[in-house]
Amino acid sequence: MHKNEVWVFVEQRNGKPADVSFELLSKGRKLADSMKGVLKAIVIGHDVKGIATETFKYGANEAILVDHPDLKLFRTMPYTRIMNDLIKQHNPRIILFGATVYGRDLAPRVASNTKSGLTADCTDLKISDVKYLGKDYPQLLLQIRPAFGGNIVATIITPDVHVQMATVREGVMEMHPCEKPFPVKITEVAYKPIDIDGILEVIEQHVEESKVNLKGAPIIVAGGYGLGSKENFKLLHDLAHVIGGEVAGSRAAVDAGFIGSERQVGQTGVTVRPKLYIAVGISGAIQHRAGMQEAKKIIAINTDPDAPIFGVSHYGIVGDAAQVIPLLIETYKHKLK
Amino acid sequence: MFKSIVLVKQVPDTANITGKVMKDDGTVNRSMLPAIFNYEDKVALEFALQIKDTYGGKVIAITMGPARAADILRECLFMGADEVYAISDRKFAGADTLATSYVLSEAIKKIGDYDFIFAGRQAIDGDTAQVGPQTAEKLEIPQITYAEEILGIKDGKIKIKKKIDGGYEIVQCKMPVLITVLKGAAEPRPFQAKRIMAYKGAKTLTELEKLTEGNSLLYVDTMKHEYEERNLFIETYSADDLKVDESRCGIKGSPTKVHKVESVVLSGGSKELIEPTRDGMGILIDKLLEDRIF
Ligand SMILES: Cc1cc2nc3c(=O)[nH]c(=O)nc-3n(C[C@H](O)[C@H](O)[C@H](O)COP(=O)(O)OP(=O)(O)OC[C@H]3O[C@@H](n4cnc5c(N)ncnc54)[C@H](O)[C@@H]3O)c2cc1C
Ligand SMILES: Cc1cc2nc3c(=O)[nH]c(=O)nc-3n(C[C@H](O)[C@H](O)[C@H](O)COP(=O)(O)OP(=O)(O)OC[C@H]3O[C@@H](n4cnc5c(N)ncnc54)[C@H](O)[C@@H]3O)c2cc1C
Repeated sequence: MHKNEVWVFVEQRNGKPADVSFELLSKGRKLADSMKGVLKAIVIGHDVKGIATETFKYGANEAILVDHPDLKLFRTMPYTRIMNDLIKQHNPRIILFGATVYGRDLAPRVASNTKSGLTADCTDLKISDVKYLGKDYPQLLLQIRPAFGGNIVATIITPDVHVQMATVREGVMEMHPCEKPFPVKITEVAYKPIDIDGILEVIEQHVEESKVNLKGAPIIVAGGYGLGSKENFKLLHDLAHVIGGEVAGSRAAVDAGFIGSERQVGQTGVTVRPKLYIAVGISGAIQHRAGMQEAKKIIAINTDPDAPIFGVSHYGIVGDAAQVIPLLIETYKHKLK
Repeated sequence: MFKSIVLVKQVPDTANITGKVMKDDGTVNRSMLPAIFNYEDKVALEFALQIKDTYGGKVIAITMGPARAADILRECLFMGADEVYAISDRKFAGADTLATSYVLSEAIKKIGDYDFIFAGRQAIDGDTAQVGPQTAEKLEIPQITYAEEILGIKDGKIKIKKKIDGGYEIVQCKMPVLITVLKGAAEPRPFQAKRIMAYKGAKTLTELEKLTEGNSLLYVDTMKHEYEERNLFIETYSADDLKVDESRCGIKGSPTKVHKVESVVLSGGSKELIEPTRDGMGILIDKLLEDRIF
C-alpha cells in the first residue's frame, strides 16, 4: 500500500526555482517525519534536472521530474494534466503549492479534478490526530489560515478525502538546508503533448528581477500611515541609511503613496524575518503583523500607547515619529561612530 | 457578438468588521456584517460589458448565495447586465470552493453556450482565489487568471495581459475561456439612472413570495407572470432545477471543514517601554548592542 507521501510542487520560472518551493520542502520534510512518510518533489519544466537535484538539499526523498521543451513556461492545461495524472497514480496524502500566481492558478484546478480539499494561504501546517464530529482521524493535516480579512484564524481539516492540499505564501515557512540529505533519486516521467495543451500561447513574458531585497535585509525600518507625509517618510530613509537597513511600509503607507508597493510588508506584501524591525507610525493590524512578527527584535514607535503593534514589540516608544527618529539617529551616530 | 457569463458574489464587508461581529465563541456573526458586492466581481462585470460595447453580444450575471444575494443581481442590472440568475437552495449552504465551483459549473451548463466566463480573482471573505480555476476545470475549458487588460479579440482568440510574479505575460487563448480579473484592471461603470429606474423592482420568486405573504399561491403565480411580462423577474435555480448530485453540494460536498476558529485579539503592551528622549534612545541602543543587533 501507499506510504504517507508528502509532495511539494516545485515551481520554476525561466529555469530558476522559486524560493517558496524550497521553503515548502523544508516544511514538508517535517510533516513527512511526523507521520513516518516520504517527501517527494514534483519538478516540471525544461532542462530542470538541476532543480530536481537541488531539492534533495531541502529534504526530498525522491524527485519526480517531467522535462520537455513544451513545458519550459508554465501553462495551466499541461501542468494541470500532469499533476492530475501523477496524483491519480500515486495517491499522495499531502500536496503543498506556493501561493504564487502560478501556484494559485494550478492548485485549484488540480483539486477540482481530483476532488481534493484545498486550503489557501496557510500560515502554519501541522500533523495531528483529530476528533471531528465524534470520529477519530489519525494524522490529519491541520491547515491554519487567516480569513475574513485577517480578523479570524481558522484551522481547516479535510478529514474525509485522501489528498489534502494547501497553498502557502513565500516567506511564511523557513527554508533550511538538511544536514544529511538523502541520496539523489530522480524518477523521470514522460510527457506527451495533446491538442488542448496548446490552446493558450504565451506570446510575451516580462519579468523584472526585483531590485529590493526586503527578505534578505537584516534590518528593516518600516513606516505607516501615521507618518502623515512623504516628507516624514524621508526620516525613515535617513535612519535606514545610518543603521544599515532597508525601508518598508504598511499597506496604508503604500496606498497613500508614501512608498512603493514592492516594499509592502504583510499578508498581501512580503513576509520578512529580519534581526531588527522598526515599526514607525504603524498601528499593527493583523495583516501587517502576519508579515513581520517573526522578526528577532521589534521596536514600535507610535503616539498611541494602546496601538496593537506594541503587543508584538520587544521595545516600545510612545511618541511622535517626527521627534523620536531624529533623536534616534543622533544618538546612534554619537554612540557608534 | 460574444456571450459572457459573469460570476458575482455577495460578501461581508470585511474591511469594516467591528468587535460586535465576533460571537463569544469566536465565530463570525455574518448577519451583523454589511453585505456588499465583491469589488473584483464588479470589475469582472465591467470587462464583460466592455466586450459587449465593442463587439456586441450579451452579458449574464449569476450568483450562488442566500436570498439576500439578489441585491447584487439588481446591481448587475443597474450596471448593464442583460440577464441575471440566482443560484439558491438550502442544499448549497456551507459550500467550500470545491462544492461552490461544482454548483456554478452546473448552472453555467444549464445557461448554455458562452464565449467567456468572467470572475473576480478572489472574494474578500474566503480570500482563496480558487473558485474561478475550479469552475474552469469542471467545464474543461482553459483559464487566464490575474487578467489586467484585454488587448483584443480576433479569430476566435482573446489576447490578454496578465500579472505573474515579478512581471506580466501577454497570452492568447482560444475561446471559450474563463478569465479572472484583478482589482485595478478596469473601473466599474456607475449604476445608470435609467437602468435603476427600470430594474429596481426586479424580484426573485422568494422575494415575490415575501411580498405576497398571506395571499394565496395563485396570487404569487399571477405576480410572477406579471413580473416576467415586465422583464423584472429574476430566475432562481435550485438543486432540483440544476439536477445536481446533492452529495457534491453544500456542506456535504465540501472536503474542507473548519475545525476551529479563533478571533484575533490585538492587544497593546510591549515587553519594555523606552522613553522618547535622548536618554531613552541611549538605553535602547545599548540594549540593541547587547542583543547583538548592531
Ligand atoms: C485582505 C487584506 C489584506 C491586507 N494586507 C495588508 C498587508 O499586507 N500589509 C499591511 O500593512 N496591511 C494590510 N492590510 C491593511 C491593514 O488592515 C491595515 O489597514 C494597515 O496595515 C494599516 O496601516 P497603518 O498601520 O500604516 O495605518 P493606521 O492603521 O492608520 O495606523 C497609523 C498609526 O500611526 C500612529 N501615528 C499617528 N501619528 C503618529 C506620529 N506622528 N508618530 C507615530 N505614530 C503615529 C497611529 O497611532 C496609528 O497607530 C490588509 C487588509 C486587508 C483587508
Ligand atoms: C474562515 C473560512 C475559511 C475558508 N477557507 C477555505 C479554504 O481554505 N478552502 C476552501 O475550499 N474553502 C474555504 N472556505 C469556504 C469559501 O469561503 C467558500 O467556499 C466560498 O463560497 C468561496 O470561496 P471564496 O470566498 O474564497 O471565493 P474565491 O475563490 O476567492 O472567489 C473567486 C471568484 O469566484 C466567484 N465566486 C466565488 N463564490 C461565488 C459564488 N458563491 N457565486 C458566484 N460567484 C462566486 C467570484 O467571481 C469571485 O470573485 C472558507 C470559509 C471560511 C468562512
